[in-house]
Amino acid sequence: MSGSFSLQSLQGNHACALGAIQAGCRFYAGYPITPSSEIAERMALELPKVEGYFIQMEDELASMGAILGASMGGTKAMTATSGPGFSLKQENLGYASAVEIPCVVVNVMRGGPSTGMPTRPAQADLMQARWGSHGDHPVIVLAPDSVQEIHQQTIRAFDLAEQFRVPVVVIFDEALGHLQETVDLSSAEKEQRVMRKWADKSEKDFQPYAITEDGIPAMARPGDGFRVHTTGLTHAESGFPSQKPEVVERNMDRLLGKLERNRSTIEAWEAFECEDAELLVVGVGISARSARSAVRRARRMGIRAGLFRPITLWPFPEEALRNQLDGVRSIIVPELNAGQLVTEIERICPESIEVKPLNRVDGEAIPPADILTLLKEQGEKVR
Amino acid sequence: MKVQDFDPRDYLRLNQFPHFLCPGCGHGIALRALVWAIHELELSLDKMAFVSGIGCSGRLTAYIDSNTFHVTHGRPIAFATGIALTRPDLKVVVITGDGDCLAIGGNHLIHACRRNLEMTCLMLNNEVYGMTGGQVSPTTTELRFTPTTPEGNIEPVFDACELARSAGAGMVGREVTLQTPALKNLIREALQHKGFSFIEVISDCTEIYGRKNDLGSSPEMILSQKSSIRPDSYGNVVDVPFRPNFLQTGILSENERPEYGEAYRGRILKQAPAEQSSSK
Repeated sequence: MSGSFSLQSLQGNHACALGAIQAGCRFYAGYPITPSSEIAERMALELPKVEGYFIQMEDELASMGAILGASMGGTKAMTATSGPGFSLKQENLGYASAVEIPCVVVNVMRGGPSTGMPTRPAQADLMQARWGSHGDHPVIVLAPDSVQEIHQQTIRAFDLAEQFRVPVVVIFDEALGHLQETVDLSSAEKEQRVMRKWADKSEKDFQPYAITEDGIPAMARPGDGFRVHTTGLTHAESGFPSQKPEVVERNMDRLLGKLERNRSTIEAWEAFECEDAELLVVGVGISARSARSAVRRARRMGIRAGLFRPITLWPFPEEALRNQLDGVRSIIVPELNAGQLVTEIERICPESIEVKPLNRVDGEAIPPADILTLLKEQGEKVR
Repeated sequence: MKVQDFDPRDYLRLNQFPHFLCPGCGHGIALRALVWAIHELELSLDKMAFVSGIGCSGRLTAYIDSNTFHVTHGRPIAFATGIALTRPDLKVVVITGDGDCLAIGGNHLIHACRRNLEMTCLMLNNEVYGMTGGQVSPTTTELRFTPTTPEGNIEPVFDACELARSAGAGMVGREVTLQTPALKNLIREALQHKGFSFIEVISDCTEIYGRKNDLGSSPEMILSQKSSIRPDSYGNVVDVPFRPNFLQTGILSENERPEYGEAYRGRILKQAPAEQSSSK
């Protein structure tokens, strides 16, 4: 994007689209859905300028299928949606996980269940983003909390997808999607972008799902002469279907292990005022923004509060959270759902730490004052 | 090109044999006709991509020695759209079945016809969901028995070719596996067509559907493909027929509508101002 201003005032959805272009995305297939449609609209405008393809498909299933087709052909690809569409994407998201196709799926969360509240923010797809598709499957989920971070994490989503051959979900709420903030677009241009490892044409007896040291097989580019078979059936190293228990187990170990072994690269988080914190708030997206404000106010009142914010939501940075727990007496988990992230925090924390959920399911964000009130209450209790 | 030159084994992954199709299944004949057409056109399998969905038809891609993608149920056309649009250097072929293409994937077929993106779609019609035990499909002949229509099918048959033609497919054709050379010729025409080409291949499920309905042995079923697809004796007992009682084969329609990829590259890419992307 040379010749353009690097500082721009953008809404989250537009920052997402521009980040995708900077990350090398050259194919977008989508279906209109509030509150994510601005991503598709911006991509329709931007992609032709970089000789990329934009196509509005007949439905969400087709958009997900089309981006996988494009990615298998060698083009970085993305789609964006919201809850109802995200449910439909799960079918082919599972395929992407199983046959290891890099791709990026954005979910701008709105109130649910079902059609819910299309124009209101929610954070009720946090667990669906992890477990939405059937079967055990690897997936990375990134949860930015500002327009700048939407831009950064969208770019990072492409890099991680390419590096690990997984679908990466970028998840944020309607409030952030439509929030307008100043963004510096230049940061992306300083770094080298990641492209998947292509199979070497000189390699004899190429195995598309070979068990390699890093667990991430090279991809065969169609047209390069490999003539590889790709199937969503459980497959052997050769790519052809197999139900032999030892083959299945070996492949599943590799498939799930490739992210597990690389947690240090994948995990990202922010620890704000955590060093001496007695009270911790753990939250993502718009709820984390309210929490940051509440923590600041609490500190001014002498309450030793901190914020732990996973930027990589899945795999959850659990080691990083554990490292912040020294001296922590209570954890507050504000989220725009009936209690999803809190179950993960309860799993990670020892029983000695009281975990307090703070939920809102009415389509409104949690104001900092509500978190502050709870911080004060818990502060009294632990004193 | 002499027929004798053609050996289907040159185009197949022999290490995947024996294949998993039932004895008497018509899908193998369709596969033979497909690679025969490829042979006659002297296409390189390196520069092709075959995409299939789920079901008996879906398993065929594993046997073709090319770039092959066995994807999710009903979605091969959607995946193929991503490949065909971004990789115009590859010739894309979709292999699908009557359930995959007309039931779960019906929406994708309609819009692929409308868009007219260049690819060839072969729909192998065996009238049932063979893989799952022979349940009724959108093309099961009226009154026939399946495990999910124990009293006989009361739904009218879907005419896939009429649907594809109405939705704007660049080329539409139908052939029976009985006439393998004619099927080969039709597929050849489809592979050369600039735009979305749709071929309905009348195949047979002898082991499940044939037995269930006492349709005779495999040769008997194949021989009756043209005569009894919709026997006159059935009349219109169920509904107004979606297709004529006499089965039409060959090229059923053709048009010269703009091909989608070419239109995209010609209009959208050419008109976009280079760069200046994010500045206003």
